Amino acid sequence: MTKIEAIIQTSKFEAVKNALHEIGVEGMTVLEVRGHGRQKGHTEVYRGREYTVDLIPKIKIEMVVPDPMAEKVEETIIRAAQTGKIGDGKIFRSRIDEVIRIRNEERGENAL
Amino acid sequence: MISFVFLFSPAWGLVASATDSAALANSQSQRLQKLEQQTADAKSSADNAWMLTSSALVLMMTGPGLALFYGGLVRKKNVLSTMLQSFAMMAVISVLWAICGYSIAFGSGSSFAGSWHNLFLQGVGLQSDPDYSTTIPLQSYMIYQLMFAIITPALITGAFAERMKFSAMLLFMVLWSLIVYDPMAHMVWGKGGLLNAALGGRFPTLDFAGGTVVHVTSGVSALVCALYLGRRLGYPKETMPPHSVVLSFVGACMLWVGWFGFNAGSALGSGTLATSAFVATHFGAAAAAIGWCAAEWLRNRKVSALGAISGAVAGLVAITPAAGFVTPMSALVIGLIAGAFCYFMVAAVKARFGYDDSLDAFGVHGAGGTLGAVLTGIFASSVINPIFKDPQGNVLPSGLLEGNAHQLLNQLVGVVIAWALAIVGTLVILKIVDMTVGLRVSQEHEVLGLDLSQHGEEGYYWDASI
Repeated sequence: MTKIEAIIQTSKFEAVKNALHEIGVEGMTVLEVRGHGRQKGHTEVYRGREYTVDLIPKIKIEMVVPDPMAEKVEETIIRAAQTGKIGDGKIFRSRIDEVIRIRNEERGENAL
Repeated sequence: MISFVFLFSPAWGLVASATDSAALANSQSQRLQKLEQQTADAKSSADNAWMLTSSALVLMMTGPGLALFYGGLVRKKNVLSTMLQSFAMMAVISVLWAICGYSIAFGSGSSFAGSWHNLFLQGVGLQSDPDYSTTIPLQSYMIYQLMFAIITPALITGAFAERMKFSAMLLFMVLWSLIVYDPMAHMVWGKGGLLNAALGGRFPTLDFAGGTVVHVTSGVSALVCALYLGRRLGYPKETMPPHSVVLSFVGACMLWVGWFGFNAGSALGSGTLATSAFVATHFGAAAAAIGWCAAEWLRNRKVSALGAISGAVAGLVAITPAAGFVTPMSALVIGLIAGAFCYFMVAAVKARFGYDDSLDAFGVHGAGGTLGAVLTGIFASSVINPIFKDPQGNVLPSGLLEGNAHQLLNQLVGVVIAWALAIVGTLVILKIVDMTVGLRVSQEHEVLGLDLSQHGEEGYYWDASI
């Protein structure tokens, strides 16, 4: 099984979520996060005083899918979230050893 | 009686006609007197209706107006303590006013302060006092003036926001009200006051609604407080942006509306002078919002919501002494200058000198008030308000533009006295409070926030599980 974590622009969340539903992704966990990569934030000015806001709000989507599906999920996220500008975010892929459904203790891909 | 009339009937006609005309004249003069009384009553009612409305409007400026304006500008851990500092004035200064504040400010006394004659509001009844107003009850005047005494110290709280002990703040404000505000109000508006233009003061300073009394005293005292207390922990390195410009926005809009009571109410009646002041107030605020935003745009290429509302407040401050003396066009000019000038004070001067006037009480009220007081001496028009007359009753010119250059000097005297009283008074009071209860909260409490450390509560309790 594969875990895919995607950090995306907050404005692209609806598009990504809908695209993932279309290809059959059934579960996801969504977090509102703040952070920065190379983009390094923006400045705000209050009464002439400049503040650099270097932690920018982003959406992080986490999902665990069967291995064969991973690439399709990644492509889908990229297609829906890409603007080509700096700040589009990142996708991380990692292996998952075990999944357990708490309700009935099902294990493995059946529990996804 | 019937037989009497019958017996003397021939002569009765003559007597009756003489008595009739006397009675007629008598009843006519009685009716006239009654009419005059009714007219006076009607005028009194009309004036009093506006004065009570104005009093309520000015109270609304402090709470919620200023409380929201300042509350939004601080970090969220200090929102309640900041709002409470304004609200506390509504309670504490009111009680103080009833006990002795009014007497010190408006009792007849020396050139510098009132007297003890009106302690506990003795002699402040429902009759009018012709020295202050012939049409409204003295109690209306007293309660109206109280609202000014409330908002003035509340304005200072912007300078020491987020770091002063609540107990120290209370003690400071009580002393400040008695030592700085009341004497200043007496000098400019009180009977026999040194600067009173309407009642023949030595240096007649034109201050319609409190440019010197309210804004210069509070703004300059604010600067002294900011310097004496020192900067907030982490200032200016740490980012301390306003936690909610939305709250400030709502507050500023309420200030604008309330200010009609502040300025137009200072006509102490509902006549044409109130209209003049109302109109000038509005145009001053509008032009200043544009002035501030234009300056901001020149520097950042952006117009901000916080800039627009700050500009409007700066304009309202600057037009305060001038409203009721200047034409609508002069009000536009005063507003435009004030907006740009206060932006410069806040964005450039404060940064240059590095003092932490946290919410810009000095940059807006001290600077704007001083500017307004000076500009009043330039733009005051005898057509709007014929305040100076020679012994024959001929109207004399008011401001510099009408040829009365001397008035500019009088305005400067008023400003200098207000600055001096604010600086000396505030320093002495700060020293006293510092030595008794101590001014600043501990570093630990400052980091925790005043809401929790001083009051044991939080402004926003947003927990997903509740």
